[in-house]
Amino acid sequence: MIPFGGWLMPVQYNSIVEEHRVVRNNVGMFDISHMGQLIVDGRSAREWLNKMLTNNIDKPDVGSGQYTFLLNEHAGIIDDLIGYRIGEEKFLLVVNASRTDEDFAWLDRHRSHDVDLRNRSAEFGGVAIQGPRVVDLFHRLLGDDVDLPARNQIVDFKLERMSLTIARTGYTGEDGVEVFFSASDAPKFWNLVLEKGERFGIKPCGLGARDTLRLEMCYPLNGSDLSPERNPIEAGLGSFVDLTKPDFIGREVLLRTKKDGPREKLVPFRMKDKGPPPRPHYLVFDNGERVGEVTSGTLSPSLNWGVGMAYVSTPHAKIGSKIDIEIRGQKFPATIEKKPLYKKS
Amino acid sequence: MNVPDDLLYAETHEWIKRERENVRVGITDHAQSELTDVVYVELPKKDRQANAKEAIAVVESVKAASDIYAPVKGTVVEANKALESNPALLNTDPFGEGWIFVLKIDNADDLKQLKDAAAYRKQIG
Repeated sequence: MIPFGGWLMPVQYNSIVEEHRVVRNNVGMFDISHMGQLIVDGRSAREWLNKMLTNNIDKPDVGSGQYTFLLNEHAGIIDDLIGYRIGEEKFLLVVNASRTDEDFAWLDRHRSHDVDLRNRSAEFGGVAIQGPRVVDLFHRLLGDDVDLPARNQIVDFKLERMSLTIARTGYTGEDGVEVFFSASDAPKFWNLVLEKGERFGIKPCGLGARDTLRLEMCYPLNGSDLSPERNPIEAGLGSFVDLTKPDFIGREVLLRTKKDGPREKLVPFRMKDKGPPPRPHYLVFDNGERVGEVTSGTLSPSLNWGVGMAYVSTPHAKIGSKIDIEIRGQKFPATIEKKPLYKKS
Repeated sequence: MNVPDDLLYAETHEWIKRERENVRVGITDHAQSELTDVVYVELPKKDRQANAKEAIAVVESVKAASDIYAPVKGTVVEANKALESNPALLNTDPFGEGWIFVLKIDNADDLKQLKDAAAYRKQIG
């Protein structure tokens, strides 16, 4: 167990590699009760949120969500989150545990007078259920005639007197859902899913597998790959920023970054040879010149190979470029790759 | 958790097996089960001299990199090359095929600083 965003979380229940494979091949369940839930409600909720967040919140219909960023005035990333439109002018923001209080304080400080903002994180428990057998599992759980919401959609269900909010989303690259429920129902729901999922090979999975799965897909981790010192364009996530919106916090800086090009870019890489896996904070070199720093790294259980992501100065950050990762004073060759690092065969 | 009675132990979870003027060193069953999924081992070079508690090898799991310490002052006489191609031996056979290095010890009295099986069992609870 390790401290994580104010919570005690298991890195692994049994083995990271085993839990990783369960998600790639069958289905795994992660406790995501630590994640924060903010509710934004009120006459001008949409208009106001569009000034707070980078993506265009006008786009999702009621019942769907989008990945988006909350930025500071310098376009630095306060948080990355999913915003769900759960009513005409009502939104659920699912945010990172470690940033929940900061997000709330930031939003509250910029709040428009006719918008209501509530931090309901403590009321909800949550799990992510991820893997190719997730649909089979939910048919067994909810009934064969019940359809799961489509990708990025969110729907409420009732199950054994529990109210479930199910969103078709995830952080693993597999088909999957994130389910939220009253915190007091958490043990009951957890045990029910494990019981019904047994025939599909379900296993509980920890933070370790969550990290290796997301890294194979090049999904960023806030606090490692994203920070208030980095903006979404540097992080290669400009597609979640709508610069055609007239006004949102950080827009001016992002327009400039887009025009001038970012100084550094977040790029995925793969080690050339078998050897020690890359880790956060290892330095990146190109022909002896220091050009960047690793932000995420591991041995990819799917590829059985060392992979990672690093901020690399833009002239050196081309796909196919050869770089060296310095590990305990020794340089190991690697190649900058395209996203994602892992593709399902 | 397996803690063989005929070995000595360091607080940093190495086991130590006396072989005349040498000691054979590996990591305990408890250590491998905490690390799980060992994917890389960086071995010490032959003839390297080390002080007690000096980091001379690295064991990497998917989770993290962990230093392995020389339990007493000595000189490396052999390292387990089999771990280079099969680091998982640390998980499957920590007290046997998963040994990491052999150290020629400077002073046999230094071994008195190490724990016996009972004391190590107590440490890991």
